[in-house]
Amino acid sequence: MREITYDQAALEAIQEEFRRDPRTVHMATDLPPELRQEFGSDRIRVTPIAENNFVGASIGLAGSGFRTVANIRMATFGFVALDQMMNHAAKITYMFGGQAKFPILYRMTVGGGFQGAAEHSISPYSMYMNVPGLKILLPTTPYDVKGLLKTALRDNNPVVSFEHFLLGGTIGEVPEKEYFIPFGKADIKRKGTDVTVVALAKMVHEALAVAEELAGKGISLEVIDPRTLIPFDKQTVIRSVKKTGRLVVVDEACQTCGAAAEIIAFTTSDKSAFGKLKSAPVRVCGMDIPIPFSPPMEKFALPDKKKIIRAVMNVLGD
Amino acid sequence: MNLSKKQKIDLFNTMLTIRRFEERLFDEFYAGSITGFVHSYIGEEAIATGVIAHLKKEDRIVSHHRGHGHCIAKGADMKRMMAEIYGRKTGYCKGKGGSMHIADFSIGMLGADGIVGAGLPIATGASIAAQLEGKGNVAAVFFGDGACQEGEFHEALNLASLWKLPLLFVCENNGWGVNTSIGESFGAKEITRVPDAFHIAHKTVDGNDVERVYQAAEKAVARLRKGSGPFFLECKTYRWHKHFLSDALPDLRPKNELEAWKKKCPVKAYETKLLKQGILTPKKIAAMNAKIMDAVEEANQYALASPFPKPQDALQDIYSK
Repeated sequence: MREITYDQAALEAIQEEFRRDPRTVHMATDLPPELRQEFGSDRIRVTPIAENNFVGASIGLAGSGFRTVANIRMATFGFVALDQMMNHAAKITYMFGGQAKFPILYRMTVGGGFQGAAEHSISPYSMYMNVPGLKILLPTTPYDVKGLLKTALRDNNPVVSFEHFLLGGTIGEVPEKEYFIPFGKADIKRKGTDVTVVALAKMVHEALAVAEELAGKGISLEVIDPRTLIPFDKQTVIRSVKKTGRLVVVDEACQTCGAAAEIIAFTTSDKSAFGKLKSAPVRVCGMDIPIPFSPPMEKFALPDKKKIIRAVMNVLGD
Repeated sequence: MNLSKKQKIDLFNTMLTIRRFEERLFDEFYAGSITGFVHSYIGEEAIATGVIAHLKKEDRIVSHHRGHGHCIAKGADMKRMMAEIYGRKTGYCKGKGGSMHIADFSIGMLGADGIVGAGLPIATGASIAAQLEGKGNVAAVFFGDGACQEGEFHEALNLASLWKLPLLFVCENNGWGVNTSIGESFGAKEITRVPDAFHIAHKTVDGNDVERVYQAAEKAVARLRKGSGPFFLECKTYRWHKHFLSDALPDLRPKNELEAWKKKCPVKAYETKLLKQGILTPKKIAAMNAKIMDAVEEANQYALASPFPKPQDALQDIYSK
């Protein structure tokens, strides 16, 4: 199968859907040349640096029958747009009694580990999970990003895709034939029997590397990538934990009130899974600090393979 | 352009309808039958009336927390409005929005937003849609002087100017944000200095004179339809009631200011004018008024007869299919 980058796969999803549906608009503060060339400047708009404005304009377009892709770039810039995102995009379908559809795809990058320092590094998806009304994606591979964005571009709700900054250039298999990945369907990226590892964003790749390493030592990890945080495929996690009896959740977002806490909460609240637990679940998260600039401190703040291995050994009782 | 007799009567009728609707809300609120936040449009009726008279169903508007007048002028059903304000299942938003969030997408009323200034970016989107459709349709956004203090205002002006959006900015300048005067909160002093800086054509009118508003909006909307870019219409007015209806909220505005503005009542002033011109007679006015009172009564009865939503209905409409 052909291999392309994560960014190319995401672009393909948008190109295919923009060809299919002429009532689509792309807005971002910088120009995606491939899109501008193919779809023209009316539909592919370069906006002023006013995130709140174009996040809100997407809502007005949606309410007027257009589908918009708004690329916010970094999640830290997304904070500038929180009025429109949280007070409006998330709520209007509900607040207006479901009388209109708001088909919008918001994209932004998350994560740290590239010396962006605190104002360019963050993984705030759990904040968005806490405001009902949005659907939330966390694509981790070229295959997943294309399939999930294709689904997002047929969905009639505001969807937020959080894409790890360091995944854009990664390469993976992507079929040429059209496909869609449904929301709320986790992907078991590696089957295993001893420990369930639920990993988010770039940590999926770290967890897979750990699984490979530990396999050599006779330890079998099951690595689950939820792929969408809202809706969340709880059953796949619960089923796996009932099998392994052990749960480690890896997320580079800060630990406090994060998605990892929610994953452990719903798993341990499930009586059948709780009864099967052989040890207390463990979180491996980013530290509760702003991401620092200097490499030794930055590395210290974020989860890595070593920290994941330590957590796995912990739940195995070693 | 000179207004025809019929146009004048229509303007008066819309203003009177808004006034009677809002008066009924006032009465029902203080009688305890309507609860929650209700922001009264009394005193500002000429603006929604004079502007929206030029808009077609296909033209889209975005409103704010004081939005009942915009809904009525755009042709919303008072029964469903009233039911929403009463929190009933038959309301425009099935009771999920209330007074501050009435919307009717089928008539181009894209909803009222309760965050000051928040309708502005949304309206830029509605006008981008109109521009892309290329049918000469326009969008209009209503906001107060308070919204001009928000960054969203300046961002929307910038975008509208850059992209020549068919967007009519309608600033309902009533001089006060709750109990803070514009003098204490707006550095540019004259609001139109801001659109001016963005090269957006603008005009300031007496927002209590419905014909002035109507004539200014007529020129503005004609410009928009031709694709000549956005227009900014500032309408100076005054709200008669507190920021929202409430026993607890104080009204710290000077008493004499309110009394002076009450003497410039937009409805009464137009009534006097039309009587003088012989377009209306006391008898005709009484008949119009009776008809409106019946419609408001009918809306109130409809709301009262409508069921409340079931508690579990709260779980519906979070997402569209």
